[in-house]
Amino acid sequence: MSIRHALLSLLGEGPKYGLRLREEFEQRTGELWPLNVGQVYTSLQRLERDGLIESDVEETVDGRSSQKRFRLTGAGRDELADWLRAPSGVTPPPRDELVIKVMVASTVPGIDVHEVLQVHRRHVVETMQRYTALKSRADEDDVGLALVVDAELFRLDAAYRWLEKADALLSRSGAPGYDVTTHGTPQGGAARDVAGTT
Amino acid sequence: MNEPAIELQRVSKVYGSPPDQVRALTEVDLTVRYGELVAIMGPSGSGKSTLLTIAGSLEEPSEGKVLVGGIDLAKASRNDRAKMRRRLIGYVFQDFNLLPGLTVAENVALPLELDGTGARAARSISLKALDRLGLSERADRYPDQLSGGERQRVAIARAVVGDRRILLTDEPTGALDSVNGEAVMRMLRTACREGVAGVMVTHDSQLASWADRVVFIRDGRVVDQTIPPPGADSLLSGGKPSGGRQ
Repeated sequence: MSIRHALLSLLGEGPKYGLRLREEFEQRTGELWPLNVGQVYTSLQRLERDGLIESDVEETVDGRSSQKRFRLTGAGRDELADWLRAPSGVTPPPRDELVIKVMVASTVPGIDVHEVLQVHRRHVVETMQRYTALKSRADEDDVGLALVVDAELFRLDAAYRWLEKADALLSRSGAPGYDVTTHGTPQGGAARDVAGTT
Repeated sequence: MNEPAIELQRVSKVYGSPPDQVRALTEVDLTVRYGELVAIMGPSGSGKSTLLTIAGSLEEPSEGKVLVGGIDLAKASRNDRAKMRRRLIGYVFQDFNLLPGLTVAENVALPLELDGTGARAARSISLKALDRLGLSERADRYPDQLSGGERQRVAIARAVVGDRRILLTDEPTGALDSVNGEAVMRMLRTACREGVAGVMVTHDSQLASWADRVVFIRDGRVVDQTIPPPGADSLLSGGKPSGGRQ
């Protein structure tokens, strides 16, 4: 999701000031996507230039300071409606670096692809542990955070399952097996030392 | 650091005899401390369920030493091992195994009563366990009046009732949907925060991510483990996961 569409979404609820938009953006993304004020104002300027939002200046009571308040135009409302209905994630597959690394590891002599797969499995699960810790600490009513964290957890879960399937496929296709006698010891490769597991 | 609840020292397990021998575990070292939740992950047939049954003294290792609550199982009599299983260890498997004719409180009190605790005292301990795990409102319901997730949470309460401080679970969320599965995991975490040592066998990475430590098993050997995750706050600044041993 672009900042541009995030701002249009927030303004879809009604007119808002720039600072308020930034606060709400961070709140809605579970603070996982921090923004600086500059990014917010640059995006707002572009949206205004493109005719998707408009602003007015509201002066405070004493007349000494003023803030710009933004609202959607008709074109902005149409853009938001179109974006909400546009297909997500159905673009051609990206060049996934993980897939490329596993493919390379399966062909380069001297590299144990199963050990490479295990290192990635651990990275994925460690990242999931951190997201789950974030979720378990948060208030169960914090739906915004749960939505963002769950999306990441499901994405990582898919990566984990792909790694498991890749391991099984490569074993069946005759790639050298995972040598537990070298990787399960302190002298092993990149997989973590597990001797004296505590 | 808390005391070790379970210690496996160079544990191996072989089934059958030559030439049809199957080696299920090879020289496994694993320590689980009180207050810690450890997940065991691995593909089917990797030995993870065997590891759990040996840790719970339901099976004996072919080689190596198993200590539960500081007691060397090989040196304990059959009776002592049975007593230890009843008093110290709780098991939760995929099926809920609650008795349909008993209420939630009676189900949770049952292991205590079987172990000689009087009915009134057992009920009081059962209600305390249910309260601690947020299930007190369900105490007088029957299992068929509960959702699948609630039934599994009752099974966990029953597993940790009284002085049982070790909880062994095999795919504890079974066929539950992800919302109910998460409620079960929150409860497991609560039990471990209260000092229970938990070991959970699973193939599901989302469940495993609730654990303090994830141990990977493959072909009967422990091959890798996660380190305790760094503060989740580092996610907010785009922090990277820890690197492996190079």
